[in-house]
Amino acid sequence: MKVVILGCSLVGSLLANQLMAKGDEVSVVDQNPNSFKRLDKEFMGKTILGIGMDEEALKSAGIEKAEAFIAVTNEDNTNLMAAQLVREKFKTPKILLRVYDSKRAQAFRELGLNIICPTIDSAEKIKSLLLENLE
Amino acid sequence: MYVIIVGGGQVGHSLARMLISEKHEILLVEKDPARYSKLSEELGEQVILGDGTELGTLMDMGVNRAHVLVAVTGTDQDNLIICQMAKILYIIPRTIARVNDPKNEEVFQTLGVDATVSATRIIGSLIEEKIDAGMFIPLLALKGGEVEIFQTQLSSDSPLIDKKISKLTLPKDCIIIAALRENQIIIPKGDTILKENDTIITLVGKEAKDTFKKLFL
Repeated sequence: MKVVILGCSLVGSLLANQLMAKGDEVSVVDQNPNSFKRLDKEFMGKTILGIGMDEEALKSAGIEKAEAFIAVTNEDNTNLMAAQLVREKFKTPKILLRVYDSKRAQAFRELGLNIICPTIDSAEKIKSLLLENLE
Repeated sequence: MYVIIVGGGQVGHSLARMLISEKHEILLVEKDPARYSKLSEELGEQVILGDGTELGTLMDMGVNRAHVLVAVTGTDQDNLIICQMAKILYIIPRTIARVNDPKNEEVFQTLGVDATVSATRIIGSLIEEKIDAGMFIPLLALKGGEVEIFQTQLSSDSPLIDKKISKLTLPKDCIIIAALRENQIIIPKGDTILKENDTIITLVGKEAKDTFKKLFL
């Protein structure tokens, strides 16, 4: 599968390394060249220096032929804008994004975006562990 | 009219001042504490400290009662998301966003922002105008380009000069909304007469654009 990842964040780089190892074709876009240091030495995918809302950067990452786009920069609004841009312009079949702010995540899920909200997920996980220990 | 302005930089600040002087009700939102305290010295309770993309801040602002929300922070993605949140959650009738990178204008409009203003593009156009007088300069596009506002300077052979506006044959869906003559702004009426070198601001529907442009060739 061809995957474009926006944001070589902790999650972005981990995903890139794992998908690469699994045999997927991975490109990573980030605006900070230092972020690419998080990638494994064996990482053979493409790294593109650029911002995620920039169509040119996305095109050189191969978005036009990608089957999946994953927006995991550390900025919620960047991820939201990039995901919507990719959905409108490139119609990439699978689009996933991270949004930390739970309220924003809920609002934009209404627009049909496939949002992962680590804040909600962690809170849920912690709650269930708490209850488990109480039993 | 109740207008919420997000972003207290130079654009937000002068917009706030302008609207206040025109007796509009405004609320300015600034997230930087230092800038906020400076602004509040002048604007008092009309400015609040908060992040416009956060739901709590938007609620405090009484967004649901606002007629217009204007997002003029220096970051395009923030401006977009602020406008979208206002639309999704509070059904604000009208949202306007500042676009720093002109390439984003089209995207903003596809994603539901009612109007975009790109200083970069306007300045670029104005500079071009200095180079090529009589050119047709787009200032603002509304509803994804359905209606546009243009600026152009009238040359000595323009068919629009030296006649009462009511006698002009303008294409359908096209209206002259202002004329700039030296330092004077003229809001035209039927008996206004345009002159050579006047700069006119015109509202033009999509269909009428080409016919209208031909008037200036």
